[in-house]
Amino acid sequence: MAAAIGSPSRAAAAAAAPSRSSTARSPLAVLRVASSASSAASRRGAVAAAAMRPAKAVAAEAPSAAVENGAAVAGMARPDTMGRFGKFGGKYVPETLMHALTELENAFHALATDEEFQKELDGILKDYVGRESPLYFAERLTEHYKRTDGTGPLIYLKREDLNHTGAHKINNAVAQALLAKRLGKQRIIAETGAGQHGVATATVCARFGLQCIIYMGAQDMERQALNVFRMRLLGAEVRAVHSGTATLKDATSEAIRDWVTNVETTHYILGSVAGPHPYPMMVREFHKVIGQETRRQAMDKWGGKPDVLVACVGGGSNAMGLFHEFVDDQDVRLIGVEAAGHGVDTDKHAATLTKGEVGVLHGSMSYLLQDDDGQVIEPHSISAGLDYPGVGPEHSFLKDIGRAEYDSVTDQEALDAFKRVSRLEGIIPALETSHALAYLEKLCPTLPDGVRVVVNCSGRGDKDVHTASKYLEV
Amino acid sequence: MAFALKAAASTAGSASFAAAGPRRGAAAAPGRVSFRGAAPVVAVRTAAAAAPAAAAVAEDKRSISGTFAGLKEQGKTALVPFITAGDPDLATTAKALKILDACGSDVIELGVPYSDPLADGPVIQASATRALAKGTTFEDVISMVKEVIPELSCPLALFTYYNPILKRGIPNFMAIVKEAGVHGLVVPDVPLEETDVLRSEAAKNNLELDLLFMSVFQVLLTTPTTPNERMEKIAEVSEGFIYLVSTVGVTGTRANVSSKVESLLQDIKKVTEKPVAVGFGVSTPEHVKQIAGWGADGVIVGSAMVRLLGEAASPEEGLKKLEELAKNLRAALA
Repeated sequence: MAAAIGSPSRAAAAAAAPSRSSTARSPLAVLRVASSASSAASRRGAVAAAAMRPAKAVAAEAPSAAVENGAAVAGMARPDTMGRFGKFGGKYVPETLMHALTELENAFHALATDEEFQKELDGILKDYVGRESPLYFAERLTEHYKRTDGTGPLIYLKREDLNHTGAHKINNAVAQALLAKRLGKQRIIAETGAGQHGVATATVCARFGLQCIIYMGAQDMERQALNVFRMRLLGAEVRAVHSGTATLKDATSEAIRDWVTNVETTHYILGSVAGPHPYPMMVREFHKVIGQETRRQAMDKWGGKPDVLVACVGGGSNAMGLFHEFVDDQDVRLIGVEAAGHGVDTDKHAATLTKGEVGVLHGSMSYLLQDDDGQVIEPHSISAGLDYPGVGPEHSFLKDIGRAEYDSVTDQEALDAFKRVSRLEGIIPALETSHALAYLEKLCPTLPDGVRVVVNCSGRGDKDVHTASKYLEV
Repeated sequence: MAFALKAAASTAGSASFAAAGPRRGAAAAPGRVSFRGAAPVVAVRTAAAAAPAAAAVAEDKRSISGTFAGLKEQGKTALVPFITAGDPDLATTAKALKILDACGSDVIELGVPYSDPLADGPVIQASATRALAKGTTFEDVISMVKEVIPELSCPLALFTYYNPILKRGIPNFMAIVKEAGVHGLVVPDVPLEETDVLRSEAAKNNLELDLLFMSVFQVLLTTPTTPNERMEKIAEVSEGFIYLVSTVGVTGTRANVSSKVESLLQDIKKVTEKPVAVGFGVSTPEHVKQIAGWGADGVIVGSAMVRLLGEAASPEEGLKKLEELAKNLRAALA
């Protein structure tokens, strides 16, 4: 199924590529990348060049192999028929929801092989979302990480921030809205923390003429007043959630409760690779276009694969979107970066994979921030999008089998990266994305010369300017 | 679906243990939802475990399935109230349990407060939040329950979400609950498909296990074929009673219980002889009378009880109102 739903969008992404290269923002980037990459290549030492060669050879055959074996890591389906990634995932929901989840899973599988659906989705991703997103060579950032002897890794940004609504979130929202239409459901609900998924959902509901209700923690509504206005401007109803701690986890619970009540008329557009099966799989499938484009763009630009992929992880959707295509490519390092807030040894962080224990939240088994009594702990991050006590089950799986690495950076390190990338590249990244970018400070000094790092630039930072202005002197 | 979990030593006597299922009281804010229901139930055979220190109490003969069976013989309907432990405080909860028992409750369901009660409507959510804010821990709840159970005449089921069970480890959790004398366990967020782990862990713990049945059938769900198949499948493997949710989930907004409950009760009774209890939006003497008249074997009242205790001006006032409601409900079922 993964392969089935993937190949059409891959084809569409390929079709979209030529048109993208002729848009205003790309040519310059492409030119710059081309010249920088070639000069970097010529500078690279013989050892590093040799190290890159096998990767190149593997990459040449990889696309077809990845499609065929896309669902297997060590012979294991991801997920299995129970929606499990190893022991993680599953459907830990009240019986009332089981039927709706089965129905959703069946619809998803049916649409995966529905050419008309895929065609419609591909068209919207191209003309409305603006895919494909560029793979941009960050020349000055690369320069910044060069060692005194002139060696260092090459930094590329996958520009999901250039999507319509300014983040990767729309990939999933638009696909699920189309799915809802096919299911004949006119009422859409969603949860949101920072408001990015809420805005993306409100946007696609406006586009498709669907009723839209967004659940948002009352506390988050205060923190993200601008996004609340955006959602309302787009015609969505934003419902404040006051229960629990009045943040993302409570908004998610409330959205699930709404769905159970109104399941006949309503589709729930869950915004991350979390929740009960089939959501972690489905949301990943709708975001995997990020990694698929990256593979092809890398092949076009340097005739090989990326060596290292870096993405921030809250629930983990942008990271899964980038990683999924490369999980079977053992020569590609996958690094997820969590929010360490004030530090992972304080009680104010959101580093679920780093500090959490296995538990069940919002319908799936995964790592979870919890206290000794098994109560869920309220996380902290300066970035509202990473401020979640759980994490997508597939990340827990990739961590446990050692396929992906997870580390964390603090609020301060993220703010520093926010400023650094703004000044070095003229790109204001989202505070979420800034966590991935901040990790380059730790990562780059350890990498050999010429290693190609792709950071998922998952969102733009306009929404965060108000928050950042409280902390940064500029 | 659910389980009965029996200590190996106690297999003589009643064959299996049903547990009281999730219940749902009415009276929630309009437009809000609740969907407690599908709870797997582990009925713990406590046998001699309860209050071993108490003189002359050799065996706890109370059981949930036994209670239902006894009532059925008498042609009576079980009253199953639910309250949240620690709201407004555990001392009041202990008093409330005794009052509910004295007022003729047949099974009492006690909710362990949880930070993220996905299956609960706003009344019980708020109640859990208040209890946690007071610092109520699982250990505190168990200590209280251990003291109170020997003083009750009816069996008691604990209602808890899955994560606090996982946190302690399933075998360890089972042992704690059993040792405290609890008769049943309701876990609302573990559906049939996810019970394998619970069952195997129980087996590892040398505990005999019967798969019971507890499920929810949403009356207004317009996809009848699948739920019917599922209902039959679950009924086939189950030994307990069937929990029937009377609504699509919004509590407290209806004056009446949907008349579809009647036809659904008939449908369920066609495929199983097991007792059926109705919950969700059940709050008044009129409701329980009506439901009993439709042939239900039990009625489950949650939010209405929780609200009285949690929102009273004082614990005393809350207990007084709780007693009044329990008596009225009992009278309606007589």
